[in-house]
Amino acid sequence: MAHFFIFYTRLRTEEKLLFKAAEERGIPFSAVNVSDGMWPDIPGASGDVALCRCVSQTQNSALAVLLESRGVLTVNSSEVMALCADKIVTAAKLEAAGIPQPGYAVAFSPEGTIEGARRLGYPLVIKPATGSWGRLLAKINDRDALEAVAEHKTHMGAAHSVLFMQQYVEKKGFDLRATLLGGEPITVIKRCSEHWITNTARGATPEKYPLSPEIKALLGRVQDAIGGEVLAVDLFETPEGGWMVNEVNGQPEFRSSDGELTGVDIAGRLVEHVWSLAARN
Amino acid sequence: MSTKVQCVVCEGDVVLPAEVMEGELLTCPDCGTELEVVSLNPLTIAEAPEVQEDWGE
Repeated sequence: MAHFFIFYTRLRTEEKLLFKAAEERGIPFSAVNVSDGMWPDIPGASGDVALCRCVSQTQNSALAVLLESRGVLTVNSSEVMALCADKIVTAAKLEAAGIPQPGYAVAFSPEGTIEGARRLGYPLVIKPATGSWGRLLAKINDRDALEAVAEHKTHMGAAHSVLFMQQYVEKKGFDLRATLLGGEPITVIKRCSEHWITNTARGATPEKYPLSPEIKALLGRVQDAIGGEVLAVDLFETPEGGWMVNEVNGQPEFRSSDGELTGVDIAGRLVEHVWSLAARN
Repeated sequence: MSTKVQCVVCEGDVVLPAEVMEGELLTCPDCGTELEVVSLNPLTIAEAPEVQEDWGE
């Protein structure tokens, strides 16, 4: 019989919800803290399924690659994790699929950012290719700020040697966060904040939001472009009233979308879905 | 298992939730330090690590 593993390093609200949901449904699973673990002693064999929930994207990706080498089906796959973990890779993938997103440029030096800014215009946003929770985002209002931030980036190590620049989108105080499971959108919330960063990890307030046919169609295109069993997609409203994709997350946190607010038990749906994949693996 | 541990920063009492698990995060009610349960046997807590660059969704 296949085993179901939930690997983690830090017990966030989401991991607790997942454990509880699996217990309530009688789904047999093993919760494995891999903080002090070592491959090849980490469990998992061909035919097993695993939810990889390490808080570090780097650790999660490494874990998924290793488990896949043994024939374990991981959620998400290491390929999808890699697509979503790097914003430049995600942007390229969305671009190839013709999916609307904020205009962007990628510079390889501080000098390159000057040309990027000339094309994008001010204000713009510089984001680290890897990262979340709104960390290290910089809204650049003019050339002086750009030069300062770009120079600082050159002293922050190799991960910051490629500068991802995005057009700043005036998003009227909110963005949308959609959660997709098994290719279908199951929740949409509006994240409201007076700050230009609208991550709930940074204090934005979540509200329920309806899933319109237009949003559903756009999310379907994102799903086709990225793949994956569970995704969280962040959308901005365009000035014309349409929608564009800001980011796609492949290892989503979902506490703000779960339960009372949306009426959807995301944790329950997720463990059921992963367990159902065991039968197919 | 003991239902209380002592905060490693201020020595305040930190109540453990029922069925506490390894990796669980606790906040000291006295000093506000974020603590992590690093081991259940023996029960050990430590200051939770600082957020790293690649953490989160």
